[in-house]
Amino acid sequence: MALEKVTLGKSITNGLRKAMEADPKVVLIGEDIGKLGGVFRITEGLQKDFGEERVIDSPLAESGIVGTAVGMALRGYRPVCEIQFDGFVYPAFDQIVSQVAKMRARSLGALKIPMVIRIPFGGGIGSPEHHSESPEAYFAHTAGLRVVACSNPEDAHWMIRQAVACDDPVIFFEPKRRYHDRAEYDTAAASAPRGLFEANVIRQGTDVTLVGYGPVVKTMIESAAAAEAEGTSIEVIDLRSLSPLPIDTIVSSVRKTGRLVVVHEASSFLGMASEISAQVTEQCFYELEAPVIRVGGANIPYPPSRMEEEFLPDLDRILDGVDRALAY
Amino acid sequence: MTRELFLELFTGLLREMIRIRRFEEKCVELYSATKIRGFLHLCIGEEAVAVGVVGALSEDDAVVSTYREHGHALARGVPMPSIMAEMFGKATGCSGGRGGSMHLFDASRRFYGGNAIVAGGMPVAVGLALADHLSDDRAVTVCLFGDGAFAEGEFHESANLAALWNLPVLFCCENNRYAMGTALAREHASTDLAMRAAAYGMVAWTVDGMDVIAVREATDRALEYVRDSGKPCFLELRTYRFRAHSMYDPDRYRDKSEIATWKKSDPIPALEAKLVSDGLMTPAEVERWRAGVEAEVDAEIAAAVESADAAPLEPVEDLLRHVTTEAADGVALLAGGRST
Ligand SMILES: Cc1ncc(C[n+]2csc(CCOP(=O)(O)OP(=O)(O)O)c2C)c(N)n1
Ligand SMILES: [Mg+2]
Repeated sequence: MALEKVTLGKSITNGLRKAMEADPKVVLIGEDIGKLGGVFRITEGLQKDFGEERVIDSPLAESGIVGTAVGMALRGYRPVCEIQFDGFVYPAFDQIVSQVAKMRARSLGALKIPMVIRIPFGGGIGSPEHHSESPEAYFAHTAGLRVVACSNPEDAHWMIRQAVACDDPVIFFEPKRRYHDRAEYDTAAASAPRGLFEANVIRQGTDVTLVGYGPVVKTMIESAAAAEAEGTSIEVIDLRSLSPLPIDTIVSSVRKTGRLVVVHEASSFLGMASEISAQVTEQCFYELEAPVIRVGGANIPYPPSRMEEEFLPDLDRILDGVDRALAY
Repeated sequence: MTRELFLELFTGLLREMIRIRRFEEKCVELYSATKIRGFLHLCIGEEAVAVGVVGALSEDDAVVSTYREHGHALARGVPMPSIMAEMFGKATGCSGGRGGSMHLFDASRRFYGGNAIVAGGMPVAVGLALADHLSDDRAVTVCLFGDGAFAEGEFHESANLAALWNLPVLFCCENNRYAMGTALAREHASTDLAMRAAAYGMVAWTVDGMDVIAVREATDRALEYVRDSGKPCFLELRTYRFRAHSMYDPDRYRDKSEIATWKKSDPIPALEAKLVSDGLMTPAEVERWRAGVEAEVDAEIAAAVESADAAPLEPVEDLLRHVTTEAADGVALLAGGRST
């Protein structure tokens, strides 16, 4: 046991370090990740300890970074790419959708692509468009990719290790506004508390199910606490895996509560909540007491920082969604 | 040129560099006071490029820029109050307050924006030039970008397209030797960027980007060449940023002595010294002139800050506007669809 209080950001750093110690084939590649330690300092100290051949500073070339990682993955390496900000992944979009996602199918399963693409995502840090986006649905929509999002330090630590160990390509979303959140956990534990593609029921409840991932999980927990004071019992589920979608966990919760509110920062239009809503409606049509409610961003470019509080699902908007579900 | 014309040209260039420098120094203060939020990338040290290149353009020419574009926008004549209001995120800003420091935009001045995506504007510049080419327009599109952007695929695609199709683009690479914390030699196998651009079939050369007169002369020549031939041209402007990459950057990747060395070729005192050595002004006249200019510029800045401070934010409901055209129904009818 080694109970320690660690930030989410440092948990990823430590997870990467463990992965690199365990397997010499794990290499990191990205812009300014070595000498500078990355803009969010997630790879800080790793180049010093593992050398320039395992922590590779790349020029500005996102397509090159991701495509290069595919080649390395094909030859037995486990590359972990860093994209500096959500909005900078698009130059690499072609490589991700056309190469990363399809190599395995193209080789009829003969090849595996064990690579990770780390993307800090979401808003709330006072940054403008391109620096606050939530592009996860594009990737979840693409067959061949696994897409996950961590929400708390312990998960961040384990999920990055599991993602590196995964033989499929993993798009790994990091909630950048939670990088400095701290939590205490056993950093020396021998195994992960749960699988990479499993949802986590964080809080039991009976009246409404609240599902979300990444940065909004903390807001959902706060919302549930506030609702409890008013006599509403909310079950909170941290989705964690966006693809594959751990729908069974949601379905069994909805069978109990009869109501579902799905929360994310991304636009509600064709967001993850749309898919969850469809699947839950297909499976729980007779158990549902209310339509599935989506609480998400507006379908507009990310707004200026002075207005992002209006855009981001906060406690009030989540509880408003809960009230609307309860009103049926 | 006569002595008066030289004096007018040189002091004009100098005044604009001082204006940009003092504007940005004020921005630093306003950032610390959290009046300006988000990102802030300064061009302090690189003013000769903004003034020498953008100041040489005619009204019909177009500018495509980067997130380090305050100087470009000011030199383009985008009014300072609308730039300051944009920095403040206010509705009176040149992008309605939606863009902030990195997304200054003024369609009426053919200033097609700062751009937070490194190299993102380059194919757009090629397209603007293609349109001008097809409509026999004599306008030139100036595309400003950094040494880091030169590594992106979009640069290489854009350079090839512009050369292949003979398009009037003036590529201006502001080579300040760093892409964030990555030094030039760590981002490029061959650091002679002009030579590499030439390989695409473009006339290309290197310019001392700390010397505003050299930049202006090179730009004039390049513009003339592009207008006459209709072909693209590439200038590598060797410059240096005196400040960190952005306000967040602790600037730990370069020696203080390197910064100090480059500061010796600060374009502002360099031009002041030239005014004296060319016999256009005495040192005392330079002093007096400068004090006058600073007072004027400071008053302009103060007025811009005051109006930005007083300006309103865009109402939240309005954020839904301008995302797509409001006449979309009409388009559906044209396509044979029904308007609902
Ligand atoms: C596509 C993309 N990738 C990464 C970034 C993050 N980033 C912003 S500026 C920058 C450095 C760019 O260097 P350079 O082109 O030389 O311009 P400079 O900042 O020196 O003016 C980086 C890596 C970005 N904005 N866009
Ligand atoms: Mg640069």
